[in-house]
Amino acid sequence: MELTPEVPGLGEGAAAHQPVLEVKDLRVRFSTDDGVVKAVDGVSFSLERGRTLGIVGESGSGKSVTSLAIMGLHGGRSTQVTGEIRLDGEDLVSASRERVRQLRGQKMAMIFQDPLTALHPFYSVGHQIIEAYRVHNKVSKQVARKRAVDMLGRVGIPNPAVRVDDYPHQFSGGMRQRAMIAMALCCDPGLLIADEPTTALDVTVQAQILDLIIDLQDEFQSAVILITHDLGVVAEVSDQILVMYAGRPVETGPAAGVFTTPAHPYAWGLLGSMPRLDVGKAERLIPIPGTPPSLINVPSGCAFHPRCGYQALVDGDRCRTEVPLLAEVAPVHRVACHLPAAQKREIWAALSDPLSRPEPPPVPPEAVPPDDADLRPGPDQADGGAENGVLAVDVTASEVPGSEAKQ
Amino acid sequence: MSDDLLAVSGLTRHFPVSRGAIIRRTVASVRAVDGIDFSLARGETLGIVGESGCGKTTTGRMLARLDKPTAGTIILDGRDITRLSMGQMRPLRREIGMIFQDPYSSLNPRHTVGTIVGAPLRVQGVATEHGVKRAVQDLLALVGLNPEHYNRYPHEFSGGQRQRIGIARTLALRPKLIIADEPVSALDVSIQAQVINLLDDLQEQLGLSYVIIAHDLAVVRHISTRVAVMYLGKIVEIGDGDELYARPRHPYTVALLSAVPLPEPVTAGAAAANGSGGSRARRERIRLVGDVPSPLNPPSGCRFHTRCWKARDICKSVEPPLVQAAGSADAHLSACHFPENAG
Repeated sequence: MELTPEVPGLGEGAAAHQPVLEVKDLRVRFSTDDGVVKAVDGVSFSLERGRTLGIVGESGSGKSVTSLAIMGLHGGRSTQVTGEIRLDGEDLVSASRERVRQLRGQKMAMIFQDPLTALHPFYSVGHQIIEAYRVHNKVSKQVARKRAVDMLGRVGIPNPAVRVDDYPHQFSGGMRQRAMIAMALCCDPGLLIADEPTTALDVTVQAQILDLIIDLQDEFQSAVILITHDLGVVAEVSDQILVMYAGRPVETGPAAGVFTTPAHPYAWGLLGSMPRLDVGKAERLIPIPGTPPSLINVPSGCAFHPRCGYQALVDGDRCRTEVPLLAEVAPVHRVACHLPAAQKREIWAALSDPLSRPEPPPVPPEAVPPDDADLRPGPDQADGGAENGVLAVDVTASEVPGSEAKQ
Repeated sequence: MSDDLLAVSGLTRHFPVSRGAIIRRTVASVRAVDGIDFSLARGETLGIVGESGCGKTTTGRMLARLDKPTAGTIILDGRDITRLSMGQMRPLRREIGMIFQDPYSSLNPRHTVGTIVGAPLRVQGVATEHGVKRAVQDLLALVGLNPEHYNRYPHEFSGGQRQRIGIARTLALRPKLIIADEPVSALDVSIQAQVINLLDDLQEQLGLSYVIIAHDLAVVRHISTRVAVMYLGKIVEIGDGDELYARPRHPYTVALLSAVPLPEPVTAGAAAANGSGGSRARRERIRLVGDVPSPLNPPSGCRFHTRCWKARDICKSVEPPLVQAAGSADAHLSACHFPENAG
């Protein structure tokens, strides 16, 4: 069992500040009829108050499972959580369910993607915030109600003293997400986890909510974990970035480093495959071939190798046989890839040059598993259902019609 | 104008809101689409962007005649299709294809891929040279799927592949016009790029014309030659894609563009991340306050005036026409009394 090095706290005063959250070698497994799903496979990081960690990845990369594990929301006998999750020094993995329940809402809180399903339609918004507050604080209903009105006002709900009695359906999408944030912050938690908080919202409302999260973080000095698939959102609010692939961390470091000099082929792929408004219009996007792997049969060695075009640059068969460990490429910027650091810099320099934009070398065909493999998607990843046989199809897909690169 | 594949004028769709149990009467109407005009040349891609509730999906549904317009005309290839009946419309359905957003709910889970992709051929009674099966397999190969997967069911495929199945079904009848409603928004970033490239390639190969409806401004810029921005049932700006993104004239377009988060940390943010502390620097951004007003009772005059930072008295009373603003390029139209980027 390899131990992934943790992301060191950023900033000079790191030693003086006790991190709010420390995660060490977190692993989450689900037993299913088809096999064991290794949803999270050795994730470590730490986070201080007032800091934001952005976790990026595609569906099935384990980012949401990580956050649910921190919140202690994985139940049932078929789930196995190992490793360490320390919140203010207290280990949550070994803590009793009752203890985690006390901490949830009080010291850590979560905002979900879809505020309409996360709010109870039958109770007024105020009622739900009051309930959350009174579970953790022995106060009268009047005091709690004042707190709810105060919180709704702070998250920017107009006329909070009246709107506190409204029901969720009377709020617009953006206002519901504001109400969720008010509920999450009502007990002043040290840690706030936001799981795709703006995915369901329009772009102008998204900008409002992101601004709100930043403002409230400055005010409450919470540590924030922001989980999203949108690289733009992460860049906008995060101090630290953690890129996940197939349940493993592949790149981590300060936001500036990860975005200006990304060093993992998967990160290059993500940046190359998204259309961008800030750079000139690319003639053609450069997609990552294939689909994310099954978490039941994770590819051997580097989990990304079946989709990676740079294997030929690595000596021998290491990509296929040896799991790469996170290694430093710059101060506190760590990457799990066998490519030599100098070569990575060269490749990225070429990739990021808007004039050249070379296509990455194609994936060697022998890396593609045979076509007769089982096609069914794994249970926990309806979308990621990236199966071996299917992979063979998609790899060629980008080359079928008009495969020549347009310049 | 004869070159246009599609010409739309005054297109309107009002959904009545009725009250009363015995005597139903219409008390109001949701003005989902309220008089829009545009045209689409052959081989061109028109992107329609806007926030939820702006009427972009309703527009797409009317173009495909899945919904009946309240007023206005849709002329496809020189033929007015606005008021054709279901029966009259059927032969014309070959000309218009539609790609839907959700690759999960738009494919029947009980049918095999072969049945799904072959359905349009059977419904239209198209004679195929080597049989339906062969035609379907050719289509699967065209969209980058393995033709041997003919007998598999939708659940055996990933999201991106399901979207390819939907595209193959749309292409079965070789339509001239394809309307794609949020074709990639349900897909992961890396898969999104594969599907966008596929749409590009198919357009080049088959000479298709697209109307692409999406909320993601970056995606729309990438695939469209022309872009229309909608707000509350109206087109507020339309023009050549590069021109519109480089020099937006309508304040709403400016606000939309500035709200898009960019995958590049703000420079002062880098300083903060290096440990110098302090609050993060933010990108200059126009913050729109509040939400989109209700289309039941849209604001008078310019519909954007309630959220616009430039609004003056005239904006509240006079609705600005969609015209070529001074200093705009040809065919770049905007509906604003005080356009941005002037001079």
